[in-house]
Amino acid sequence: MNKHLISAADLTTEDAILVLDTARELAQISDRPMKKLPTLRGRTVVNLFFEDSTRTRISFEAAAKRLSADVINFSAKGSSVSKGESLKDTAQTLHAMGADAVVIRHASSGAPELLATKNWIDAVVINAGDGTHEHPTQALLDCYTIRKHLKNNDGNLAGLKIAIVGDILHSRVARSNAILLKTLGATPIMVAPPTLLPVGIENWPGEFSYNLEDVLSEIDGIIMLRVQQERMNAAYFPTAREYSRNYGLTSNRLAKMKPTALVMHPGPMNRGMEITAEVADSKNSVIVEQVANGVIVRMAVMYLLLGGSGEMGENK
Amino acid sequence: MGANSRNSVRVVLESSDISRALSRIAHEILENNKGSKDLIILGIPSRGVPLAKRVAEKINEIENTHVGFGSLDITMFRDDLRLRPPRALAHTEIPETGIDHKIVVLVDDVLFSGRTIRAALDALNELGRPKMVQVAVLVDRGHRELPIRADYVGKNLPTSLTENVQVVLKDLDGQEDQVTISVGDK
Repeated sequence: MNKHLISAADLTTEDAILVLDTARELAQISDRPMKKLPTLRGRTVVNLFFEDSTRTRISFEAAAKRLSADVINFSAKGSSVSKGESLKDTAQTLHAMGADAVVIRHASSGAPELLATKNWIDAVVINAGDGTHEHPTQALLDCYTIRKHLKNNDGNLAGLKIAIVGDILHSRVARSNAILLKTLGATPIMVAPPTLLPVGIENWPGEFSYNLEDVLSEIDGIIMLRVQQERMNAAYFPTAREYSRNYGLTSNRLAKMKPTALVMHPGPMNRGMEITAEVADSKNSVIVEQVANGVIVRMAVMYLLLGGSGEMGENK
Repeated sequence: MGANSRNSVRVVLESSDISRALSRIAHEILENNKGSKDLIILGIPSRGVPLAKRVAEKINEIENTHVGFGSLDITMFRDDLRLRPPRALAHTEIPETGIDHKIVVLVDDVLFSGRTIRAALDALNELGRPKMVQVAVLVDRGHRELPIRADYVGKNLPTSLTENVQVVLKDLDGQEDQVTISVGDK
């Protein structure tokens, strides 16, 4: 396993399965009255959030605290970043404070990569979402959820088809999921209007389609992406209603899917837009469970990146 | 496993010896605790688990009962975590009764520095408050680094620090049970 987790592509199939297996064992801890392990005692994890994100930040915070790490939350608002401090100076400040890991969320694609490769800081860097690039821990938690329900919480995801529907063009969740699903042996299918698919989609892992109806019967799970308000006015699609009619997940469409198919959403949802309330609350929906799985998958990542010294597998 | 041919490998316990030792341990556990009431046998992965299972089965045979059995992964509680690459986690499974007010017998293959047992005591602490904790090992090879001792020992094996003690179990290794000592550089 690499020192950092910047992209889902950093993970080999063995690495990805190791993370999911570790998460499976850690899941037991969430059921105990005592939800804490001493593993990262004395280590400092900095949540460096340049972009608002409540759920990802608290998920990382909960994960670090359950492993007994000290957590420092740093949000750009009200910090010296709003006074114009550069990423480099921020990083060096954190280095001086002795951060062992930096969980970074940034509006610019590539910020975590910069932090990891520039020698500004000698800490493990975990990407918590950068621009329109990647969000690897989200992909890990989605794959964990899929594996738990459809593969008995074991092995890879071979043979499964998972649709990812919505704003693929701007979605870091879609990109990380496409890579990781492929790594684990599943087939990702990107579904969106042509304006919301990136140039070069034919070179992405898996398949793509402009028509949601076409893929419904063959998929084992569906990940609905949030339609961001700011895109609605940017002429990617004519109206919100039209988008909703063509690409929204409704009860009718759910009925055309396999009875065991999973409905997922990284949150926060626009109920009535990309997903109807009935579908979001249906028995196929694992959206609430995804949040719980997010904490244990992030615990697994932090344990594997911070818990030891040296490369995983060096000692086998 | 794949011991260098230059190293001398000496078999110290054979399959039948191991079976007899485990039978004796099962009897001793029952004798010490005046029966199997409130007993829970917990194996420490990986080799402690099949050993614990065998001890539990022997206790069930002797007492015609169903003694609590499980496994306790101690990886996250090790004191050498930071000195080595991270390890994959093993499975923890505690009987539904929980461990509160129970007599927990920890089972491992080899007692050496005592650090594994220390980590296991910490791990137990997170799960509840047993009435008593006892330790059973197949082999005690000495060289303790902590004030920890075993309550039940299959065989006391005086060793030097340059020797390796290897426990092979059918359930895990697919080979006939045995315990060997080899002199290695590692």
